Amino acid sequence: MIGIDEKGYYGEFGGAYIPEMLHPNVEELRKAYVGIWEDEAFQKEFRELLRDYVGRPTPLYYASRLSAKYNANIYLKREDLCHTGAHKVNNTIGQILLAKRLNKKYIIAETGAGQHGVATATVCALMGMPCIVYMGEIDIERQAPNVARMRMLGAEVRPAKSGSRTLKDATNEAIRHWINHPQDTHYIIGSVVGPHPYPDMVARFQSVISEEMMWQLQEKTGKPDPDIAIACVGGGSNAAGTYYHYLNKEHVRLIAVEAAGHGVNSGESAATSVLGTRGIIHGSRTLLMQTPDGQIVEPYSISAGLDYPGIGPMHAHLIASGRAEAVSVTDDEAMQWTYYLSRMEGIIPALETSHAFAALDHIEYKPGDVIVINLSGRGDKDLNTFITHYDKYND
Amino acid sequence: MNRIQQLFADKQEDILNIYFTAGYPNLEDTEPTILALAEAGVDLIEVGMPYSDPLADGPTIQESGTAAIRNGMTLDKLFDQIASARQHTEIPLVMMGYFNQVMQYGEERFFRKVKEVGVDGLILPDLPVYEFEQFYRDQIESLGLSVSFLITPQTSEERIRQIDKLSKGFIYMVSNSSITGAKKEITQAQLDYFNRINAMQLDNPRLIGFGISSHETFRTACKYANGAIIGSAFIKALRDGKDVHTATIEFVGKIRKSEVGSRK
Ligand SMILES: Cc1ncc(COP(=O)(O)O)c(C=O)c1O
Repeated sequence: MIGIDEKGYYGEFGGAYIPEMLHPNVEELRKAYVGIWEDEAFQKEFRELLRDYVGRPTPLYYASRLSAKYNANIYLKREDLCHTGAHKVNNTIGQILLAKRLNKKYIIAETGAGQHGVATATVCALMGMPCIVYMGEIDIERQAPNVARMRMLGAEVRPAKSGSRTLKDATNEAIRHWINHPQDTHYIIGSVVGPHPYPDMVARFQSVISEEMMWQLQEKTGKPDPDIAIACVGGGSNAAGTYYHYLNKEHVRLIAVEAAGHGVNSGESAATSVLGTRGIIHGSRTLLMQTPDGQIVEPYSISAGLDYPGIGPMHAHLIASGRAEAVSVTDDEAMQWTYYLSRMEGIIPALETSHAFAALDHIEYKPGDVIVINLSGRGDKDLNTFITHYDKYND
Repeated sequence: MNRIQQLFADKQEDILNIYFTAGYPNLEDTEPTILALAEAGVDLIEVGMPYSDPLADGPTIQESGTAAIRNGMTLDKLFDQIASARQHTEIPLVMMGYFNQVMQYGEERFFRKVKEVGVDGLILPDLPVYEFEQFYRDQIESLGLSVSFLITPQTSEERIRQIDKLSKGFIYMVSNSSITGAKKEITQAQLDYFNRINAMQLDNPRLIGFGISSHETFRTACKYANGAIIGSAFIKALRDGKDVHTATIEFVGKIRKSEVGSRK
C-alpha cells in the first residue's frame, strides 16, 4: 500500500521538520484537514467551484496524430484548460475554502514561475481576502507577465531577497512570514511539498485529475486504467493528482519527468531524483540537491516551474521504492516538444508540460498502449522564451 | 555533568548566552570570537553553523550565514576551529544549526564529533520532538550532550511539560512568535507569558531569546528567567566593529554594564 502514515511519512520520506514557532499553525492544519476534506458541505462547495469557476471536468483528449506517430493510444488530460491556465488552481480553490473554515483572514503564498501566485491571487480575489505572494527577485524579472497578472488581481507581490532569490527563497520567506503571523494567516503552498500535512492535503486537492481520468478512460477505452501515466515533476502536484487513484494499481506505470536543464551531469540541472540525496527542505524529509556539507544548491531549468531543488516526499518514495520511473528531459528536448506539439495537435503547452511529452522518446512501451499525459498548463506565460528561441527550433 | 549542567548548578541568575555565526565576518574569526566572549565574561556560547536556508532566522543571521558559507565555512572546518578554541577555555559551548546539516554529516558521526571537539549541547530548531525521541535521544544522552528545545507563547502546557522532561540543559524560551532579530521592546503580553512559564515550576532552567538586544531587554529577561540569549545584535556589532576582540568586549560590557567585572 502506498499512502501516508499518521506521522505524515510516505515510507521514509515526509514528516514535519519545522521550528517550534510553526508548530501551532501546522498542528492546527494537521488536526483539521481530513475532517474538512471529508465534510459534505466542503465537498459540495469545492466541487461546485471546480465545475463553474475552474471549468472542470477538463477534457481527456485523444491525440490522434501523436498516437499514430508513436504507435500508441495517447490521451491528453487538459489541465491547461483550467481557469488561469494550469492545474495549480485546483489546489488554491481547495486551500482557500479550508482557510475560510479555519477563520483565517490573510493569505500568503510563494511562487516561482508565477502560475501558483496567479492561481492564489485569483482565489483571493474571488473570496475577497488580502493576498501577499513572495517571489524571488530574479523570478520577478524573468516572469513579468505573471507579476502583472497578480497585481491586476489585487495581490501584493513581495520580492524575496535572501539566498539565491528564486523559488526556494520565496518559500523560505513565506514560511518566515507565517512564523511572524501565526494566528490569522493561512499559507497556501503551491505543490506537494512542505511539512506534513501539506503534501497529503495538496495531493487530495489535485486528486480530481485522476478521478476524472478514470471515468473518462472508462468511457473512451472501456477500462478506467491506462497502461502508463506521465506527468512532469517540479514539486510534484500535477503528478500527484495524475497518479493519485492509481498509486495502488501496480499495473499502471507511473512516469515522473524531471528537468535535466543542460543535462543531468552538466552542473546546470534540476533532476532531483538523480542528483538529490536524502535531506530536509522546507520542513520535509525527502530527496534534494545539496552540497556534501548540506547546503541546498540552486537548480537550473529553462522552465521556472521545475527548478525546485527538492521533490515532494510522495515522489521521493515512489521513485526510491521503484513504484514510479523517473525520466530526465533537457531544455533542448522540452523546447523541441513545445514546437512539435503546437504543430501536431494545435496546443501550445507550458514549458514545464513539454518535459512530460518528451518522456515519449525515453520510455519503452508496447504498441497500442494507453498512455495518458497530463497537460498541466498552457504556454502563454512562456511566449517570451518561445519567441527568443523561435529561429533555433522552427524548422 | 557536562559544562552546561555545571554552569546552571553553580549559577541560576543573569546568565548571558551569546550566539554568533561561525566563520563570520572572516573564516578564521570563530576561535577569536569564542575566546573574546569567554574573556568578556559571558556564561555560555552558541556557535551557529552557517546554513543556506535558515527558516527560523531573520535577515541579520541569514546574511551572516551566507557570508560565512562564501568565506568557505564547512562543518569539518568548524569542528577544527572549535577543537582548537577548546584548548584555551572551559566555557560551555552549544552548537546551533539545522537538521539537514546533521543528516548530511551522518547523524551518529555528527553527534560523536560534537562530543569529541568539546561541545556540550545542541540546538536544532527543526528537529521535531517526536523524531528526537524515536531516533536520536539515546545516542545524544549517552554522549552526555544537552539538547535544548524551543518553546513559544503558543506552545501548549502539555507540550512544554514534555519538552521539560526531554531537556537536560536549559529550555530556550522564544520571546514571541517571530523569527530571530525582531522587535525591540518587551510587551505586556510577553511578560504575561514569562510569568505563566515561571508558574509552571519546570525542572530545567530557562533562557529567553529572540529580540534581546540591549542592557534593558537583557535585565528584563533576567527578571523573568535564568538569563537571556543574544544573537542578531551581537552579529551586527561584529559586522560594524573594528575587530572581533574590541567589538566583543565592548558589546558584552554594554549588555552587562555595572555587573561587568563585579562577578569575576
Ligand atoms: C504548468 C505547470 N506544470 C507543472 C508545474 C510544476 O509544479 P508541480 O510539480 O507541483 O506540478 C508548474 C509550476 O509552476 C506549472 O506551472
